[in-house]
Amino acid sequence: MQNLVTVIKNLTKKRLFWPIVALLAVLIFDSIFIDGFLTIELKNGNLYGRIIDIINRSSSLIIITIGMTLVIATGGIDISVGSVVAISGAITVQLLGSGIAPNTPFLLCIIASLAAAALLGCWNGFLVSRIGVQAVVATLILNVAGRGIAQLVTNGQIPTTQYKPFSYLAGFLPHLPIPFSIFIVAVVLTAIVLFVKKTAFGLFVESVGVNSKASRFAGLKAQRIVFATYAICGLCAGIAGLMISSMIKAADSNNAGLLIEMDAILAVAIGGNPMSGGKFSIAASVIGALIIQSLTTTLYAMGVSPEVLPVVKAIVVVIICLFQSEGTHKMILKVLSTHRRLKYEKTV
Amino acid sequence: MANNEAVLKMNGVSKTFPGVKALKSVDFKLRAGEIHALMGENGAGKSTLIKVLTGVEELDSGEIYLGGEKILAKSTQQAQELGISTVYQEVNLCPNLTVAENFYIGREPTRYGKINWKEINRRAEQALAKLDLKIDVRQKLENYSVAIQQMVAIARAIDYKARVLILDEPTSSLDKNEVEKLFIIMKKLRSEGMGIIFVTHFLDQVYEVSDRITVLRNGELVGEYEAESLPKIQLVAKMIGKDLDILSNLKKDANKEQNTNDNDTFMSFNGVGHTGTIEPFDLEIRKGEVLGLAGLLGSGRSELARVIFGIDKADSGEIRVNDERANIASPIDAIKRGIALCPENRKTEGIIGELSVRENIILALQARNGIGKTISRKEQERIADEYIKLLNIKTSGKEQLVKNLSGGNQQKVILARWLATNPDLLILDEPTRGIDVGTKTEIQKLIIQFAERGMSVVFISSEMDESLRCCSRMAILRDGRKVAEICEDELTDRNVMKSIAGED
Amino acid sequence: MKKLFNSKFLSLYITIFLFFVLFSIGSVLYTGFFSLQTFLNLFIDNAFLIISASGMTMVLLIGGIDISVGSVIALTCMLSAYLLELKGFNPVLVMALMILMGAGFGLIQGCLIHFFRIQPFIVTLAGLFFARGMTAVISTDTINIKNKLYTDISNYRIYLYDKSFISIGVVIALIVISITIYIAHYTRFGRSVYAIGGNEQSARLMGLPVGRTKVLVYTYSGVCYAIAGIVFSFYMLSGYTLHQQGGEMDAIASAVIGGTSLTGGVGYVFGTLFGVLIQGVIQTLIMFQGTLSSWWTRIAVALLLCMFIMIQRLLTIRKDTGRKAKINTGKKAKQLKVKA
Repeated sequence: MQNLVTVIKNLTKKRLFWPIVALLAVLIFDSIFIDGFLTIELKNGNLYGRIIDIINRSSSLIIITIGMTLVIATGGIDISVGSVVAISGAITVQLLGSGIAPNTPFLLCIIASLAAAALLGCWNGFLVSRIGVQAVVATLILNVAGRGIAQLVTNGQIPTTQYKPFSYLAGFLPHLPIPFSIFIVAVVLTAIVLFVKKTAFGLFVESVGVNSKASRFAGLKAQRIVFATYAICGLCAGIAGLMISSMIKAADSNNAGLLIEMDAILAVAIGGNPMSGGKFSIAASVIGALIIQSLTTTLYAMGVSPEVLPVVKAIVVVIICLFQSEGTHKMILKVLSTHRRLKYEKTV
Repeated sequence: MANNEAVLKMNGVSKTFPGVKALKSVDFKLRAGEIHALMGENGAGKSTLIKVLTGVEELDSGEIYLGGEKILAKSTQQAQELGISTVYQEVNLCPNLTVAENFYIGREPTRYGKINWKEINRRAEQALAKLDLKIDVRQKLENYSVAIQQMVAIARAIDYKARVLILDEPTSSLDKNEVEKLFIIMKKLRSEGMGIIFVTHFLDQVYEVSDRITVLRNGELVGEYEAESLPKIQLVAKMIGKDLDILSNLKKDANKEQNTNDNDTFMSFNGVGHTGTIEPFDLEIRKGEVLGLAGLLGSGRSELARVIFGIDKADSGEIRVNDERANIASPIDAIKRGIALCPENRKTEGIIGELSVRENIILALQARNGIGKTISRKEQERIADEYIKLLNIKTSGKEQLVKNLSGGNQQKVILARWLATNPDLLILDEPTRGIDVGTKTEIQKLIIQFAERGMSVVFISSEMDESLRCCSRMAILRDGRKVAEICEDELTDRNVMKSIAGED
Repeated sequence: MKKLFNSKFLSLYITIFLFFVLFSIGSVLYTGFFSLQTFLNLFIDNAFLIISASGMTMVLLIGGIDISVGSVIALTCMLSAYLLELKGFNPVLVMALMILMGAGFGLIQGCLIHFFRIQPFIVTLAGLFFARGMTAVISTDTINIKNKLYTDISNYRIYLYDKSFISIGVVIALIVISITIYIAHYTRFGRSVYAIGGNEQSARLMGLPVGRTKVLVYTYSGVCYAIAGIVFSFYMLSGYTLHQQGGEMDAIASAVIGGTSLTGGVGYVFGTLFGVLIQGVIQTLIMFQGTLSSWWTRIAVALLLCMFIMIQRLLTIRKDTGRKAKINTGKKAKQLKVKA
């Protein structure tokens, strides 16, 4: 018995414990209240079901969340990811053309759009790390102007493409029952996690996020590290942009990736990463993204209007920040201590 | 003169910060119409005393009387209303506002809620005229020199019908003429019956204006003296302290071995300086020696260290490492050349609080290796274990967060970080500040051991005994200039203090 | 010339100069561009922006940031339309309610920022999504405002000279910016804002009410956004979820282009007016050009914002090095005297 308690106690201290519990809670809730939530069936050689759906739909969010986690770990924020999604989609579809045969080789399209996305990330990184603009203002510029750029790329249209392989990105490869997006997530996640863990990048990011000055004194190139996180975040948004436009086989400059920055930031917060920077866990953020997607699916299934979601998400972010904030801790301590003092004075 | 009447009295004032006893039952008495110098080195408790007095910090025990009445200021605002005004070292005004505004901000004369700019400007001009300062009060404060900003701060402070004026290091950024002007003002205020507390580290200035001197050391009162009856050199001795010498024999043993490889130069500086912080200096650092940088706070000793380590890039002169021209533009350049620096400000420049002991220890080594060449987890743990043991770091484990360690152990973690890079030159800026005696001794012992193994050490300390014990040579700095170098044979406290004090 | 460059108004001079250059370019290129009405239209089309940018300027001056502005304007429009058309509220009551809502919104944001120490960008980002979300919750469709008072105000023309006119929105905008100028430059509260933006620590040591001022600034800006929303609903006569998407950048850009520093404590509310007008000119130029898509406006404003941010950065760097050099010469002088 004693052992069990200590085991549980130790478990709760683990970084991923609460995010996983939250995810399980949502999933259990769903499996009880939503009919056929857990059923997975094979249709036309492809797997279908709500769980698959959640994973499939959350794939682009997960990828953006990975980048956002790094940016937030340095104490910054990137609210331009939605616009980068739009730009990357626009470039790809525009280059592919509307026909069944692509105008430009598919691989070249992908490279071009990802290069553009990474470049935009670099621009953010330059403004934040070199010029010293607050992250939110620097990325706001691209957030607003980015959709304009996407519109220019597509000449204000919503171009579509018939090119088949493009739709595989967010759908199914022939003869493969599992959605292809899962593989993309797996590759991106593995690549970045390996980069973060196997090189010293993760340590450096955390170090700069906690204390940029001391990090510089310890020999780190703080500016370059911050710059790199924005570049990676831009690249992630580019990949997500490919997947999102592949889902509708078109590039919608106005709506592709709309409000996805909020979801990504929320995912990072739900994963328990401090919003002020420092220690981070990509795994926790990924679970956070899954929680958001399953919650969204749940709410839709329960008939809640989709319009309410941003409102709820905004409130949740503030609540999580309130829990993390030192100001709150101090205030609670103050209330407690005055309460105690009052009690004490009464007894005296 | 009603000279003996105390306008301000502090009895048995104590203040403890987590881990440090900053003030231990200190008494202080300020008479009306006197300039009273408050002296002491880093961590002596001067600033804590002033913070307690002005309501920035709450005192743990003790009493403060102003004009015979017991007071307890809870904020600077309150202290100001009581009649205690402070002018801080860094001008605590708003540079983006005009002179006149700075004067009256928060209490602007208004008419129907509208600020009466004419009135403000007129009154500010008048108040400044009292100090013989004729400047355009409509200009932004940042357009004026630091000296004038300082004067404005003083004028503002005394405009609050102050009975006690605290000047906290007011002269550190003024030139000679400006200092003289300030002194004239101080003397004028004294003759008007104001009590002035003057905190400074410039000894000459103390003797120029002060009537009395109170010396603090390690949070304790050393004594109150008439300025006339306390020779300069004795004052330095009292500030720096002559504690019982636990390690007195250590150095002599070490010296014998040091002499063997005394001649090789590791690093040399030729006319190296950094605009605004330290004037061009020549210096040689030999292999296996402990070189002390001595000088009072603000003399340029930390600034010199910053130049060596590349935090401030030298903008003149030539640096040579191992007889090779070296361009050190950033800390990483210095690290790659085998230089390490334990900075003075442990919290903001040293530790990465939210990271573990292990991560803090390997950070510099990893930075030198670059991003790609990672140290395996196993190796990291081995290094961490090794230094935790070697330096006797008291922690619940190598995964403990550094912010949860005591100050002394945090210092050891930073030391470990640099030792892990196996440096040829280790710069230690106040490594024993705010650390208990036991740990202090340990660190001093370590320093001497490193030197024995051929590592060069540059050692900066506010405590004379400590420096004398550890160093084989000392460079003396005063006012951002290197003024002397004292070699082994002449290395006595008397000689060093003489140079620091600037007595010929 | 040197004096001009060192002037505190440099950024503003560039802005004013740029405004006239752009206006002249338009006048040369397009017939019908150079007229009093074109100039007045800049005000008519951007009346709401003048108001919201005034609020934003105060927030920037105190060293904060608020990116909820566009969404709050959209929410105000939508809520007004909803209350007027579907609930039949009295229009005057609706306006009062909107101002109250703006104040409450700003107050909550200010409290979260100051008392709970959450970074302003997160609080106002959440505010952005919250307000935008609420707009969609009320209605995803456009609600047209047919209320008589609103349409009357919308159609009313105040003739200034011959056939040139302005709208009531412009009058409101000019009143709001005048009040903001007054608050910023002629009240204790306003000067405290500058002091806190310049150096919060010093402001606290000088005994200024830092917390109260901060919360009040966010409240004031909230009120400005609500008024901007009301004026915008006069202008558009509709509530729609996508109204003013990206409006936060326009407001920030107006302030920054008008000479307000992003780091706080420096700037003039008056300059913000020119920041708005420049954006108006760009918009008008693109409109007159005819073939360029309206997206170019956004991109041009973004570029302009980047340019001014960099100018500010350069100016601060120069100032810092200048000051350092000054200290050094001071020391040298001292040394010489010692030798003598």
